[in-house]
Amino acid sequence: MAEDKKEKVPRQKMPEQAPEVRRRNFQEVPLGYSAEQAMAEASRCLQCKKPACVEGCPVGVTIPEFVHFIAEGDFVKAILKLWEKNSLPAVCGRVCPQESQCQGRCIVGKKDDPVSIGNLERFAADWARGRSDVPMPPIAAKTGKKVAVVGSGPGGLTVAGDLIRKGHEVTIYEAFHKPGGVLVYGIPEFRLPKEIVAAEVNFLEKLGVKVECNTVVGQSVTVDELLTKEGFDAVYLGVGAGLPTFLKVPGENLIGVYSANEYLTRSNLMKAYLFPEYDTPLVKGEHVVVFGGGNVAMDCLRTSMRMGADDVKCIYRRSRDELPARSEEVHHAEQEGVQFFFLHAPMRFIGDDKGWLKAVELQEMRLGEPDASGRRRPEPIPGSTKTLECDLAIIAVGSGANPLITATTPGLAVNKWGYIVADEAGKTKKANVWAGGDIVTGAATVILAAGAGRLAADSIHKHLTWGW
Amino acid sequence: MFQILSKTELAQGTVVANEIMAPKIAAKAKPGQFVILRANETGERIPLTMADTDPVRGTITIIYQVVGKTTALLKSLNVMDHIQDIAGPLGRPTPIEKKGTIICVGGGTGVAVLHPITRGFKQAGNKVIAIIGARTKDLLIMEDKMRAASDELHVCTDDGSYGHHGFVTDVLREQLTKLGSEVKEAVTIGPVPMMKFCSKVTAEFGVPTMVSLNAIMVDGTGMCGCCRVAVGGETKFACVDGPEFDAHKVDFEGLSLRLTAYQKQEREAMDAYQRKCACAAKA
Repeated sequence: MAEDKKEKVPRQKMPEQAPEVRRRNFQEVPLGYSAEQAMAEASRCLQCKKPACVEGCPVGVTIPEFVHFIAEGDFVKAILKLWEKNSLPAVCGRVCPQESQCQGRCIVGKKDDPVSIGNLERFAADWARGRSDVPMPPIAAKTGKKVAVVGSGPGGLTVAGDLIRKGHEVTIYEAFHKPGGVLVYGIPEFRLPKEIVAAEVNFLEKLGVKVECNTVVGQSVTVDELLTKEGFDAVYLGVGAGLPTFLKVPGENLIGVYSANEYLTRSNLMKAYLFPEYDTPLVKGEHVVVFGGGNVAMDCLRTSMRMGADDVKCIYRRSRDELPARSEEVHHAEQEGVQFFFLHAPMRFIGDDKGWLKAVELQEMRLGEPDASGRRRPEPIPGSTKTLECDLAIIAVGSGANPLITATTPGLAVNKWGYIVADEAGKTKKANVWAGGDIVTGAATVILAAGAGRLAADSIHKHLTWGW
Repeated sequence: MFQILSKTELAQGTVVANEIMAPKIAAKAKPGQFVILRANETGERIPLTMADTDPVRGTITIIYQVVGKTTALLKSLNVMDHIQDIAGPLGRPTPIEKKGTIICVGGGTGVAVLHPITRGFKQAGNKVIAIIGARTKDLLIMEDKMRAASDELHVCTDDGSYGHHGFVTDVLREQLTKLGSEVKEAVTIGPVPMMKFCSKVTAEFGVPTMVSLNAIMVDGTGMCGCCRVAVGGETKFACVDGPEFDAHKVDFEGLSLRLTAYQKQEREAMDAYQRKCACAAKA
């Protein structure tokens, strides 16, 4: 690199599968940096004294330091530096909304493209995966304290990773047969390959974390039983939101109407896209409509395209400006041929006499005055409706709080929507129980769940060490 | 992994009973609850209501009819083999209390689900009249166990090859007519049409009735909504709100339709599986 001459290195473009190829396969879209590309991209970092990027990171990764090691070609030190603050770098490098976090604050980005911090994080993690010459991070002396982590999503994995390194014994309980939570049932293979999640979980297991699958806490065992009979000193609840939201319009129980949770769980966790090699079936859909405009909606749209749909439409009741999905996801979806129907809301689903979905009736909307969220409220245009033919409809308009745990845990306070009440450190109203992620905040992102897990792990550690 | 301790073929091999080592589930399970299992790594998740549990031995018993690939696959497993995953107990237990006279009606493999509930009601001090049925004598299951679990057992076969010639609904009507207001509750578990018609009969007599619904499920924790069914005009999830519901409020037509969602793929999977088994047998 010609650093001494201050010759400007251009932002390294992430190589990716061409849209016309990837729209019909489930392989990962971005292919990852080469070592040369990673070093070139890392050399663009200004190594700020007061790095704004770190402030933008919910888990406080010391970004300039790990980027510096990549620029130097010392990838071992880079991954060790990442692991200090993040147990899931291969995941976060792929699915974090960096543009509004670390990269959004990057000083280089003020005049030029920001440093591609996410791509660099992903590079370091991918480079280290499966290598035997990367030392494990240090683990503190055993404290003799036991922590149960309920849910193996990004929050639970973060808590487990943090606490095992502080010397506590950690057991993760997962309801499904595979660990990873939303990372395995929700996020599709083409955005986050499942072998990467498995490797991150495996890394935690190597550090000593125990993982118990097929355990539905609240049914198989209650939180109180974990704290008494099972002898845990603390419990962390990172179970996700876990309750699908339906549209409450007629015809919603027709065959071919799915919640996003069901559609994605079938295709991702159960690998329905590999049917009949895998046994779980899925309605394929030739004409697909997806309701909602968030990242989950984008995942459903892009999955149904890959399942072989003729046409795939995103139906959103507001306009493009209000789309909550990451711009990169929207861009990818459009590249792959997804059509967007803005300012339309569902009125009813229409089926045939066998109970199969045939069409959906939509109401055209316009934007009115801003509502409580500050976004302009969509309102119906009287008399303006249209009917779209469809045989698969997926509802991706958010989720609510699943009551399975809260209903079986006396003393755990919930708010009026059923979410668990917890302070900033994740402490709930029940002694020795912490909670974080979507079951506290409502549906959010992987990294916010990880961030909540980080704070809770600190709080649990203090409590177990000093009784705070 | 969950080891199979025993395997019994019933109803001429169309129905299989497995006792499975699952101590944690056995310790917790109550009548009416179910498990979700996955036979192997590529398998689908299916719900099965427990026919029996033995907390001392640490076992649960499942009874299933071989209807598709997954159940065929399960049947191919022998004693000492393992089922990949079992999660449970799931769903709400049957609310069992002393009420008076209870009529328990079971059809097909529904009898397996009905058995622990029948026994529970009897143990709670109720007078239990059980009615079980099958298409023909050879397909009837658990007659002895049901006799032991009830005060009075009536058996029906559609073709008259054994017991009362006719449907369980006939005997149900007869008993309700005879006993009148003495009957405090009915429980009916079996194929959807049977539950629907039993429910119509008990509605005529104004007897509160409970059905156990075997909807298609994925997670079994209320997360996906696959098992949704309209009950009293409201959408309920069979996995967490059920599996038992007030029979007089269930939309049986909607339930029947939703159960056909994957018929095509189920046939495809079964055909491929049978071809594979045939090839393996030849080799």
